[in-house]
Amino acid sequence: MQVVFTQPMMQQDLIPHLFRTEFGKITAVLCKYLGIAHITAAEDIAGDTFLLALETWPYKGKPANPVAWLYTVAKNKARNHVQRDKLFTEKVVRQLPGDPALLHDTDIDLSDKNIADSQLQMLFAICHTSLAAEAQIGLALRILCGFGIDEIASALLTNKDTINKRLLRAKEKLRAEQLTIALPPATAIKKRLNNVLRTLYLLYNEGYYSESNENTLRESLCMEAMRLTQQLIDNELTNCPEANALLALMCFQSSRFDARKSTTGIMILYNDQDARLWNQQLISEGAYYLQQAATGDTLSKYHLEATIAYWHTFKEDTTEKWTNILQLFDHLLLVEYSSVAALNRLYALAKVKGNEAAIQAAAALDLSENHYYQVLLGELFTGIDNTMARTHFTTALQLAKTAHDKIVITAKLAAIAV
Amino acid sequence: MNEFMLIFRHEDGSKTASPEQMQLWMKQTMDWINGIAAQNKFVGGNGLPFDGSKVVRHNGVVTNGPFGEIKETIGGYIIVKAETVDEAVEFAKGSPVLQGDGNSVEVRKIAKGDGLH
Repeated sequence: MQVVFTQPMMQQDLIPHLFRTEFGKITAVLCKYLGIAHITAAEDIAGDTFLLALETWPYKGKPANPVAWLYTVAKNKARNHVQRDKLFTEKVVRQLPGDPALLHDTDIDLSDKNIADSQLQMLFAICHTSLAAEAQIGLALRILCGFGIDEIASALLTNKDTINKRLLRAKEKLRAEQLTIALPPATAIKKRLNNVLRTLYLLYNEGYYSESNENTLRESLCMEAMRLTQQLIDNELTNCPEANALLALMCFQSSRFDARKSTTGIMILYNDQDARLWNQQLISEGAYYLQQAATGDTLSKYHLEATIAYWHTFKEDTTEKWTNILQLFDHLLLVEYSSVAALNRLYALAKVKGNEAAIQAAAALDLSENHYYQVLLGELFTGIDNTMARTHFTTALQLAKTAHDKIVITAKLAAIAV
Repeated sequence: MNEFMLIFRHEDGSKTASPEQMQLWMKQTMDWINGIAAQNKFVGGNGLPFDGSKVVRHNGVVTNGPFGEIKETIGGYIIVKAETVDEAVEFAKGSPVLQGDGNSVEVRKIAKGDGLH
């Protein structure tokens, strides 16, 4: 009879998201090792590594050092992959745009340093201008964050086929560009960094503003965007005021995660949030990065948005708070106009100069087809002219697309005194 | 006490599973086996990778895996100790393999040469 596990595999549970995290690390290192044309092979090797874990750990017990086990298996599988097909090797060596010596190095380097470097270099490769923003976000989620196709589809509110096609096209494009996985030269880094920051900003917003009901998934998106931004800051070549400002913005926004959804999953708007649920740790981290961002002479939109978010961490409505926010929005609209910023500026204007002033300013905006615009007008008119308020809320209800928005607007309509 | 083999039959789901999903399966499988081991009823088991599997047929023809003709295949097994097949079936019911639509766990008694059964 075989030895019975008298102390069965009662080890601690696996670290949450261990596989997801390690997928990103292994894939980045293998992409760097195999070259940008072989992203799919890198993904497959990482996936096969977890599959082997699934086929052995439950029966034989979890290894003492799961991460080291995964790295050993991934290295072996990568070596087999390269050796199995001699033709493949020759082709890669001949075409390799980077350092051919890498392939002769039998030891695939999964040290912390090389993982961090590879992930950062892959981030720059993925945020290449030849790719559409949505393709960059999809690839970042898959390659750098280890999300599955299902998860990406669910987070971005689309279907698996769309994501699969999007990723396939993006990979083909990267292959055609024959990109080297490396940080751009110092002269080009600034421009490329702007693209990277923009993608990380969009990635964060996908998580923060997504209509997806998968709360954990949405928060994971935000946490991943923060982690990648942190990686930029941790490397002295890519650390810059804009990256610090962006991370500050993300910290301030994330501090409201727990406060912005009720126990039933309904979104709670800023005004109605319980400020005691705001995460003070994240707020102070945000303040730290905002301070770090205040060097040099650049005032990016991330600086402005982070400072606006900073003022929002004070619950109390003071003249100082809203005057500052209004000025920051004025500045932001000059740097980069967006209808969201324009509407938020109106709200700040109402807080500083009163609802009538905001209603007048609203008339100058050409946003009558935007349901948020109609909601804002409904709110501004409430208590001043309830008939007008009802008209705007009713229009908003017709324009609203999601069930959640409709619930919120219906509640506002009901709340107006008849 | 008898020994039973619980054989997992399922489709190869590896191609579409995310790392997070695989980690969840890992945890569920470990919890299930640990629960059996905690009663001192777990004898052993193995996962059977689809990768590199072959079928040798009666005329000596060797093919890649049995997957061409049947949809489901064996992904692994464990051996448990149980007094009766019903007890073994109760163990089998807890297998996370059964979460997959169309998957099954086959319960087979391991022959003993004592002539009592």
